[in-house]
Amino acid sequence: MTPLAASADLALPSPRRSKLTWAAADSLAIARRNIVGMTRRPQLLAFVTVQPVLFVLMFRYVFGGSIHVPGASYTNYLMAGIFVTTVLFGAQNTAIGIAEDLHNGLIERFRSLVMARSAVLAGRVLADALRNMFVIVLMLGVGYLVGFRLHTNAAALAAASGVLLLFGFAISWVTALLGLAAKSAEAAGAAALPLTVLLTFPSSAFVLTRNLPGPLRAYADHQPLTATVNAIRPLLLGGPTASHATAAIIWCAGIIAVFAPLAVLRYRQAA
Amino acid sequence: MPDPAIVACGLVKRFGPVVALDGINLAVPAGSVLGLLGPNGAGKTTAVRILTTILKPDAGQASVLGLDVVRQAKNVRAVIGLAGQYAAVDENLTGRENLRLIGQLTHQPRSAIASRAEELLARFSLTGAAARPVRSYSGGMRRRLDLAAALVHRPPLLFLDEPTTGLDPSGRSDLWTVIGELVGDGTTVLLTTQYLEEADRLANRIVVIDCGRIIAEGTPSQLKASLGATIIEIHVADPADAQRGAANLQRIAPVAVLDGHRTLAVKVPDKGPAVQEVLRLLDVDAIVPESLAIREPTLDDVFLQLTGQHADSGPDAPAAPTAVGSGIDKGGAHDPAGRIS
Repeated sequence: MTPLAASADLALPSPRRSKLTWAAADSLAIARRNIVGMTRRPQLLAFVTVQPVLFVLMFRYVFGGSIHVPGASYTNYLMAGIFVTTVLFGAQNTAIGIAEDLHNGLIERFRSLVMARSAVLAGRVLADALRNMFVIVLMLGVGYLVGFRLHTNAAALAAASGVLLLFGFAISWVTALLGLAAKSAEAAGAAALPLTVLLTFPSSAFVLTRNLPGPLRAYADHQPLTATVNAIRPLLLGGPTASHATAAIIWCAGIIAVFAPLAVLRYRQAA
Repeated sequence: MPDPAIVACGLVKRFGPVVALDGINLAVPAGSVLGLLGPNGAGKTTAVRILTTILKPDAGQASVLGLDVVRQAKNVRAVIGLAGQYAAVDENLTGRENLRLIGQLTHQPRSAIASRAEELLARFSLTGAAARPVRSYSGGMRRRLDLAAALVHRPPLLFLDEPTTGLDPSGRSDLWTVIGELVGDGTTVLLTTQYLEEADRLANRIVVIDCGRIIAEGTPSQLKASLGATIIEIHVADPADAQRGAANLQRIAPVAVLDGHRTLAVKVPDKGPAVQEVLRLLDVDAIVPESLAIREPTLDDVFLQLTGQHADSGPDAPAAPTAVGSGIDKGGAHDPAGRIS
């Protein structure tokens, strides 16, 4: 049998790669682990696949008849809202996953390894981005089946996906912070829910904000989900995009600038 | 004497108003096993977290294998393995995937990762379960995988934080065997435990900590000798018999009268001859025991002896040993300061 305790230099980090390359490799390893973990959990997999499909079908057929928007079919209007909302709902998994890792001792183990400390959060956010890409493709397919038609071109669709991924990336930092701060995985999920609901419903995702009562409309018109939806909608259906896209990017950049450092700080402190 | 693998000097750690470590000094020779023994909240885990670079101390210094745990944290992480209080493995990955992940994250050569995982799975009797998600593992299997994960990068120094807490006796015994083999291979081990028996079985030296301070240290036999190795409990029908027996037995060993004057607890240094002697003395007085029990001193006894407080005053603290322990102390020859309990 090979001795388990060999000389220390076997274990020293290989000097062949730079610090940054190792950080990237570590983040990829963690991201892969998160993706594999997601595919092994039926309830999470359902959350990722069934929920967006249900959203498309429910809003299309339940509300589709009662909500009228000028200049577009509701199905077409709906898709941008569904995309952004689904990405937001999916980000709850980040909070839950990080809280689980923290409370079952996995993050403690990771901290005792030579791996880059940034990789736990970076790998999580990266896995979220991959999940979001999958979900976007899935929803486009389902949307197409229920009557959604792209009125622009492939470049605009790619731009819409880019804005969506940026929004997902920004929200992941918020929910990562929630996960790190929560006392348990359940608490993390519970904390992420109100955030999700407060961003989703008073917004331009499913309805025209101009029909909302005054203060609610003021909030709905000036919150990041509306900004993101308003940027994506013309990219799918046509219309002026520049100012909306700028607003969405500023919102996301602002969220990242505030919450990424907070999450990293919290991660360093979390014992 | 070989160079110490772990040196700690005046470690202090506070969490708000709570002083978790209050000046801990340690010196663990390479190739030896140190048992850090203490009740919940004594500061054992905090000490391990500092030595494994997870926490920074508020004061004091520590080095492992000559590397400072604060200034050279990254180098320290390359030479240590940690198996924590929880089996810190990913439930959704298989056993094999868990070990390969740790291989990647400890920056092992890519070519060696798969073979190292197989080697460890075989060594820890997990080959058959290697392709199953850890979610389906028993508690003992998880702990074995956790320990295997700590060994992926062949660390010469291993920290085991309560490695057998929550395991059934057979799982515990399996793990003891594996840890014994690692030590045989030359790994230095720092082990925390709440179980005197575990420290006794595995450690060359034991450090007892309570409230962040070291309250005793020595070899297991030294610590047990200071306690008396064995406690004989004799139950009699008549309290008068208990009084007479106590007076007589007092001459050979510390005796306490407990349980409404119907139980004698005698602290003796060994099992065989001392038991015979106790029975002979009872016979001389024509005292016939209703029952007789022989038990090892528990961690609770150690703590009572050293601090005058029970190791675990929580809700699940066993009541019976507590009563015996305090009685022993009253009559004990080692009673530190005539405490009233």
